[in-house]
Amino acid sequence: MSQAADKQAVERTGGSTTLGKDDHTTYDGLRLRALTKSFATFTAVDDLDLDVPRGSFFALLGPSGCGKTTTLRMVAGLETPTSGTILLAGDDITATKPYQRPVNTVFQSYALFPHLDIFENVAFGLRRRKQKNVESEVKEMLDLVELGPQARKRPAQLSGGQQQRVALARALINKPEVLLLDEPLGALDLKLRRSMQIELKRIQTEVGLTFIHVTHDQEEAMTMADTVAVMNKGVIEQMGAPADLYENPRSTFVANFLGQSNLIDGTVVGRSGDVVTMDMHGTPVSVPAGRSHTASERGWIGIRPEKVLIGAPGEALDAPGNTIPGGIVTDVSFFGVSTQYLVRMPWGQELQVFQQNTGRVTIFRKGDAVELSWRPEYAFLLDHAQDASAGADKVGADG
Amino acid sequence: MSAVQATGSTGSTGRRPAAKPPRRSPFAWLREHVVLILGILVLAYTFVPIAVVVLMSFNEPISEQSKIYEFNGFTLDNWLNPCEDPSMCSALGRSIEIGLLATLLATLLGTLAAFALVRHQFKGRSTSNLLIFMPMAAPEIVLGSSLLAMFVAAGLAGQLGFWTIFIAHVMFCLSFVVVTVRARLAGMDDALEQAAMDLYATPAQTFWKITFPLVFPGILGAAMLSFSLSFDDFIVTNLNSGNTTTFPMYVWGVSRRSVPMQINVVGTVMIVISLAIVLIGQSRARRQAA
Ligand SMILES: Nc1ncnc2c1ncn2[C@@H]1O[C@H](COP(=O)(O)OP(=O)(O)O)[C@@H](O)[C@H]1O
Ligand SMILES: [Mg+2]
Repeated sequence: MSQAADKQAVERTGGSTTLGKDDHTTYDGLRLRALTKSFATFTAVDDLDLDVPRGSFFALLGPSGCGKTTTLRMVAGLETPTSGTILLAGDDITATKPYQRPVNTVFQSYALFPHLDIFENVAFGLRRRKQKNVESEVKEMLDLVELGPQARKRPAQLSGGQQQRVALARALINKPEVLLLDEPLGALDLKLRRSMQIELKRIQTEVGLTFIHVTHDQEEAMTMADTVAVMNKGVIEQMGAPADLYENPRSTFVANFLGQSNLIDGTVVGRSGDVVTMDMHGTPVSVPAGRSHTASERGWIGIRPEKVLIGAPGEALDAPGNTIPGGIVTDVSFFGVSTQYLVRMPWGQELQVFQQNTGRVTIFRKGDAVELSWRPEYAFLLDHAQDASAGADKVGADG
Repeated sequence: MSAVQATGSTGSTGRRPAAKPPRRSPFAWLREHVVLILGILVLAYTFVPIAVVVLMSFNEPISEQSKIYEFNGFTLDNWLNPCEDPSMCSALGRSIEIGLLATLLATLLGTLAAFALVRHQFKGRSTSNLLIFMPMAAPEIVLGSSLLAMFVAAGLAGQLGFWTIFIAHVMFCLSFVVVTVRARLAGMDDALEQAAMDLYATPAQTFWKITFPLVFPGILGAAMLSFSLSFDDFIVTNLNSGNTTTFPMYVWGVSRRSVPMQINVVGTVMIVISLAIVLIGQSRARRQAA
């Protein structure tokens, strides 16, 4: 199943959507095509194409206001798209009513019915569809989310975490084709959020349904999902397995929003075979061609802080790449497991370096002269036209 | 509170044995209970008139000559013969009848209007929202006289009576219903109805299973408010009643002669009914919360 996700990611990397119309009827997941939603003065979702493989745990990640909720609401039928189509297991459901779609939502505010007890809240969907065995199914579901003893309480009498589980149970019990979760853990405190992340993942594996999990927390998206789609300003910036997105981001936004990145101005010196050679402020560096996402002469050379090696001048660093001399440590934060440095380079830029505390490394102090290096295969190259600080000011990412 | 603790702690330090309760100044006691005392006074202020009504319902009739409203002696006569003055009971019946009918129509129309104002975007919505306050803000005497002028202009001067009172009452109750139901509806999370639809409820099911039960307390409150507004209205009613007499008009009429003690019986019954409604509502709310 994660292979399916990978394949999907490869298709996406290949460029624009080239799938023919006839493919739509055979695709068994959720497929959005050219989906657009414009409000009076504002386009919240802009020409969005997205494939969510059946049975996957899919995360839609993006900063607040980028159109995640609007996308979910269109899939649920609560918002009418301005244009585009929504296909679910081959059927065009763009024009159907919310109560006709085999899609259920866990709302951001939970939206539990305050006048019904927990049992009736969970039974609501089954009763509307005149299902049999309501009693036993609800009991089973309440056991799954460990709320059996609370069945006759009202939502207001439960804690936030319990309400969250009721909202989940109420949607899950209908075994929808797609379960939509709109920042379901957003209202919980950090500790509860971590345990609910594990819980959610467990439940998804157990029931095997397609989950689309919306979040602005990159750590949450990466730990839970098989496939992550990074959304920004109404469009999908990049989609793929969490490790692929992290290791090989295609835009400055993804590079900064998913973790942290050093982005350094560079000029292309030569492209040969599978290597792009760059001049980075006088130091020659190379980037694998498969990690180069620009065809122009200038670009941002990207490297993750934990991939950067730091050493005293003249010290042999374990990297086949060139050493970049002339750094001065301007800030040191000791975190126990790692030490995080800010190093001012000769060209004035401050680079971030995370050093694992293996016990055999020297810990530098503010003002020390250092040299940096990294393995060329970890670097990536991004379009210079993009804003190097895009996505860097992530909102509420990990509270 | 902190002042009291401070006094207590200084009192228990030093030479005095700790087991002996510290002596406290009477001012400390007063300071600690000042809110309670004020509360009791305010409650007494509001309850004294009610107590007088209840007490007077057991009063011997006042003699024609004395005309002084005082307690002459205990009797159950007023309770046993509430309709000693038949005109009082017919006025009371009329008031209840008008109250119920006006409440029914005003609650129905007002609830529909509130839904329209909260749920639908239409031209003139904000103007309507504003205009709905007008009957509440306008002085009753103005409302009553302009209504009368309108009835007369419409050639209904001869028909003033039950139905003109009814129309007038529906008019001023309507605003209160709209405002009450609108507040309840506006306080309701939109996501609840969306969640119901998401869980396979058709629009009709969504309304009857979710919207209506949640708005119902507001509708009930609006209906009760309407009834009491209609029941004790005097100014507007008096101007548009022709020869018809409602209960408040009867009370006004007899108050210049001697007041029959049965009026206090009616008053006491009204108080008991209101109290019962409040208590039932509270115990239900408490049971839901428990
Ligand atoms: N009903 C609406 N009318 C106008 N603008 C809206 C409406 N709903 C959402 N928007 C706008 O669309 C953008 C995307 O909203 P949303 O999908 O809720 O973002 P997210 O869930 O990613 O935080 C926001 O800028 C928001 O202000
Ligand atoms: Mg949102």
